[in-house]
Amino acid sequence: MSLVVAAAPPVPLDSTAGRYVAAAYIVVLALVLVYVAIMAVRAQHLEKELAELRRDVEAARAGGEADPEHEAVLAGERRSV
Amino acid sequence: MQCSTSSWRISTPSTTYGRGLRSLSLATIITIAAALALVFFYAPLDASQGFVQKIFYVHVPLAIVSLCGFVFGGLLAIGYLRTGDRRWDMRSYVAIHMALIFGVGGLITGSIWAKASWGHWWVWNEPTLVSFLIVLLLFATYQPLRFSIEDPERQSRYASVFSIVGGAFVPLNYLAVQLATAYVHPRVLTLGGANLPPSMGLTFVVALIGFALLYVTLWKYEMAAKNARSQVRRLRRTLLGDDIARPAGRSAAPS
Repeated sequence: MSLVVAAAPPVPLDSTAGRYVAAAYIVVLALVLVYVAIMAVRAQHLEKELAELRRDVEAARAGGEADPEHEAVLAGERRSV
Repeated sequence: MQCSTSSWRISTPSTTYGRGLRSLSLATIITIAAALALVFFYAPLDASQGFVQKIFYVHVPLAIVSLCGFVFGGLLAIGYLRTGDRRWDMRSYVAIHMALIFGVGGLITGSIWAKASWGHWWVWNEPTLVSFLIVLLLFATYQPLRFSIEDPERQSRYASVFSIVGGAFVPLNYLAVQLATAYVHPRVLTLGGANLPPSMGLTFVVALIGFALLYVTLWKYEMAAKNARSQVRRLRRTLLGDDIARPAGRSAAPS
């Protein structure tokens, strides 16, 4: 890492040009990071929905609603996930 | 995925968008890292613009990938109109959604470059800039169009027609700009080829591949997420009945 830093060309951050270039690259990085953050939030919601679904299925099982065919379908779903 | 609440039979779709996502993500990271290394270690400073020209390696690939994304969305929409399969509509929707994000990135980086080079954030009499803005604004109406239509079938059909017409407009727009009189925007990529020295050309190509890979990775990522969410909702609907798991309100996204 230190070798890379040593070999890096001087980035003129003290000049106007350097600041503009840094701003452009930061904008791209920020866009990607915001997108990934939004996707992370969505993944959390999906996990919540899955947890709710699991609870509902377990409740249905406990209530004796499940039948053998239903069990087979659920097992298949688990395998495909 | 088709569900039947009466028999508990669920047929899951064979499409799995997560397949190959890990290797694709790795290839994207490596290519973008290589592009950054080439930009700052290998590509020479531009004789007239100096260090500011380094913005070129993010701005132009973002703009190109964005425009290609709009065309891609139009091509995927043809799939929906031909088959009526809503998965094509979803693919088209995500392709346009991603292209818009890349387009906004291209617009902002271009504006920063314009300020650094020309002293203005925006130049209204420059055909390249204004035509890109027109394309972006055109596709910015895609989501409101979808949102305004409640019936899912009609929403998908109208959105597909819009995507195809918009996608066809992109190359026509590019041709029109190429034929227009240039003002201040540099014409690096023309119909006759690229006006770049080999070292800059190589850096640009690697950056373009990197951003194209980023687009494909994010498209697959989003498709995988939407597919998983849709499967969970349908499973819930199958297990608990239609009314409980129905979405709360109307949505611009295909369900």
